[in-house]
Amino acid sequence: MSEHTAKIGSANEPLLSVRSLSVEFRTDQGAFRAVKDVSFDVQPGKTLAVVGESGSGKSVTSLAIMRLTDYTGGRIAGGEVLFRPKGGEAIDLVKASDDTLRGIRGKDIAMIFQEPMTSLNPVFTIGNQIGETLALHEGLNTRDSRLRAKELLQKVRLPDADKLLDRYPHQLSGGMRQRVMIAMALACNPKLLIADEPTTALDVTIQAQILNIIRDLQQEMGTAVIFITHDMGVVAEMADDVVVMWKGDKVEQAPVREIFAAPKHPYTRALLSAVPRLGSLKGQPLPKRSPVMVMDGGEPRQVGETHVQNTANYTKPILQVDKLTTRFDVGKTFFGRVTHRVHAVEEVSFDIYPGETLALVGESGSGKSTIGRTLQQLIEPTGGTVRFDGRDMNAMSHGERRRLRQQIQYIFQDPFASLDPRHTVGYSIAEPIVVHGLIKDRKAIDKRVQELLEQVGLQPQHAKRYPHEFSGGQRQRVCIARALASDPKLIIADESVSALDVSIQAQIVNLLMELQERRGLSYLFITHDMAVVEKISHRVAVMYLGQIVEIGTRQAVFENPQHSYTRKLLSAVPIADPQRERAKTRIEGEIPSPVRPVGKEPAIHRMHEVEPGHWVALEADTMRGAA
Amino acid sequence: MAGFILKRLFQAVFVVLAVTLIVSFAVRLSGDPAIMLTGGAGGVTEQDLQNIRKALGLERSFFAQYFSFLQGILVGDFGRSFMGGTPVAKLIGQALPATLLLAFASLLTSIAISVPLGVYAAVKRGRWPDQLIRILSLVGLSFPNFWLAIMMVLFFSITLGLLPPSGMEGPQSFVMPALTMAIILTATNVRLVRTSMLETLSQQYIMVARSKGLKDWVVLYKHALRNSAIPLVTYIGLQFGGLIGSIVIVERVFNWPGMGTLAFDAISARDYPVLQGSITVLALFIVFINIAVDIAYGLVDPRIRTE
Repeated sequence: MSEHTAKIGSANEPLLSVRSLSVEFRTDQGAFRAVKDVSFDVQPGKTLAVVGESGSGKSVTSLAIMRLTDYTGGRIAGGEVLFRPKGGEAIDLVKASDDTLRGIRGKDIAMIFQEPMTSLNPVFTIGNQIGETLALHEGLNTRDSRLRAKELLQKVRLPDADKLLDRYPHQLSGGMRQRVMIAMALACNPKLLIADEPTTALDVTIQAQILNIIRDLQQEMGTAVIFITHDMGVVAEMADDVVVMWKGDKVEQAPVREIFAAPKHPYTRALLSAVPRLGSLKGQPLPKRSPVMVMDGGEPRQVGETHVQNTANYTKPILQVDKLTTRFDVGKTFFGRVTHRVHAVEEVSFDIYPGETLALVGESGSGKSTIGRTLQQLIEPTGGTVRFDGRDMNAMSHGERRRLRQQIQYIFQDPFASLDPRHTVGYSIAEPIVVHGLIKDRKAIDKRVQELLEQVGLQPQHAKRYPHEFSGGQRQRVCIARALASDPKLIIADESVSALDVSIQAQIVNLLMELQERRGLSYLFITHDMAVVEKISHRVAVMYLGQIVEIGTRQAVFENPQHSYTRKLLSAVPIADPQRERAKTRIEGEIPSPVRPVGKEPAIHRMHEVEPGHWVALEADTMRGAA
Repeated sequence: MAGFILKRLFQAVFVVLAVTLIVSFAVRLSGDPAIMLTGGAGGVTEQDLQNIRKALGLERSFFAQYFSFLQGILVGDFGRSFMGGTPVAKLIGQALPATLLLAFASLLTSIAISVPLGVYAAVKRGRWPDQLIRILSLVGLSFPNFWLAIMMVLFFSITLGLLPPSGMEGPQSFVMPALTMAIILTATNVRLVRTSMLETLSQQYIMVARSKGLKDWVVLYKHALRNSAIPLVTYIGLQFGGLIGSIVIVERVFNWPGMGTLAFDAISARDYPVLQGSITVLALFIVFINIAVDIAYGLVDPRIRTE
């Protein structure tokens, strides 16, 4: 990218200089300083990544540049933001008048936000929302701005740009909306684009496409980019320079290769050590726990040990799923006749053995979560059989089904939403014990709760606290303790580590593996994150549009992927290694919808065995199924 | 959308049937119109009363009376008033416009006051303008409407002599009744606009709009208000029922020749046809408003329109 920098301004004059910036928020406990004395430069045409975990102040920094923190109750407590839109004369955005700022916002500096689903105003058309910026800054009339908006949509590779202009945001997928956002941000050829986690909420194959578009357009237009992210893989793929933030401070700044090759600050080292790297277990048949560096005060500390996870016992499966099908009715006519169905899961079969982790991977709409919920009896299946410990679930009595709920437990994605905020965590953990009548005596229950808290790495006295008193990682530990309370044999972990910061994520993954070894637990690990899958699972099933397209041992699927979708999924994962060649195979296309008109049933893939235990769907069948 | 409206119209038929049934029944619990008509004068025999009842068609069974009432509605005939024999349809035709004008005038006044105030309170959240608006709204809520009406008459008509104290003559006679109703409505609407705006202002697309460099009032009145209007439309639809209820009282105080006065007089006179007719028309009107609200959703929110 460096050859493009010469085009704008002189190379040694930064486009943006942030100098000793501090941002404060007023709270009940007095002023809270979210960003402390942070300085960095952005060179014209270059990409600066600002990385950090939750609470690092990276998003606040990104909002403060255009003083958008004014609208979130924040106050810039000190420092300067010097912006040189034309080279030479610098404007201090901290002191600039509101009119000057409004002239810069959307024209010279534009911003893309994290949540494409909520970034566009639901009541205005796409054309209206892009045209608004053009009318404001370029003074274009309705006709001209419409033409320009169409060109912009074509630039971000959206098909049918003409029709899209009259569509509303809810009619577009997340990936399409994020492209619209990019088109809108680039409408006036800004000198600087601030992208705050622009791909975090997207599926990996869509993420890869969006990153490509940002990179291409940046080269074409010579835009400088500030890329806010927590994902070191994305950093490695996008950045020229990296600023690492931790608890409101900038702890390190360096060119991207240097950060990865020789991180200086202990926090940077801890962060990098926790990042799961795809391909790190190459050549090893079993998953492995490895130690994690955590920050203890200001010092890094190593926790955990290296341990090969040889826990699976392949004599008799604990769970057998055979041709499981789950459909939902959507769309009804005036007389209540169903017109469309979501074919969430179609004839899916797999086994899970004691002590084994089976990962179910796939993107949105693949049906992976529906399988988990069906097994937990939260959803009634449309067809197929599920056997637990050899017993058919369909043939079970009411009481047996209740006992099954005790044997199969569920850990959800959002640890905050899955704990009752009005009960102590001790109450929440004790609930399954009480509900299933496992222990009658009150004192014995309390003792058991304390044991469980210790097992998940918390203190016994934490039982008296409420969920809001814990951090996200601790709350997920509480959820694990609650899942363990009924002494289950199988735990369904549905994106249970996806929302956590990497350092916390690594610890929770280790905890899950440790518990598996100690209790002989089986896991159905549902996720979209291939790197975590590689670390934790014995076997992997790849799902696409409600069906399994590939299933086999982790080593077989990762090292010898057979199905084109598996390969696409693997190649889309950003790799945390800036040395790697960035130009990679282009990924195109949206994820098709599992909603079909009644009577138009999807074709069931035929599977064939490429090596013992490694099954792959016939490519011809999947192509037809997606059509 | 068309299917949806059809469904609502279908439901409306049952609502109207239920309302007419309840009204016809309840009206007949209020007392004997024959006694009312004779005015308790001496020398009226039981035979005279019987004759009056027979003349009014009251000797038939309840259901027979109810069905002839329903039959009449279908052709727009609500019968004749027991007092003077004027066709009920004609009475309603005179009173309904007065009530509707008053209702819409109050509603529009209330919207015109509550939207800017609510938006302003939301923007100034927690600071003194917000506190002040919230206190004023609470004060407005605490006034009984008849008291407010009487105070206004005292002040504007009797002390200042600016406005006519009663009747409907010219635009100035609208000021006090409409304002009385509007103040009550505004007190709740301000709070609703404020809450709804606060919710909308915390959305990501508002930050996006600001990051485009749009002026504050464009962000507030174009991007935010349209989204905040969705709960607002629901509430205003629901409010209409209550509005019609309080209009009866306000019309009394200002001697407004509307449906409220008509119904009130009919109750005192046990004038069954007038009472039945006016309440049925009001019920129909509320049902109609609710359907209109459902259509308004679609206009405000494309997510509903394009489904």
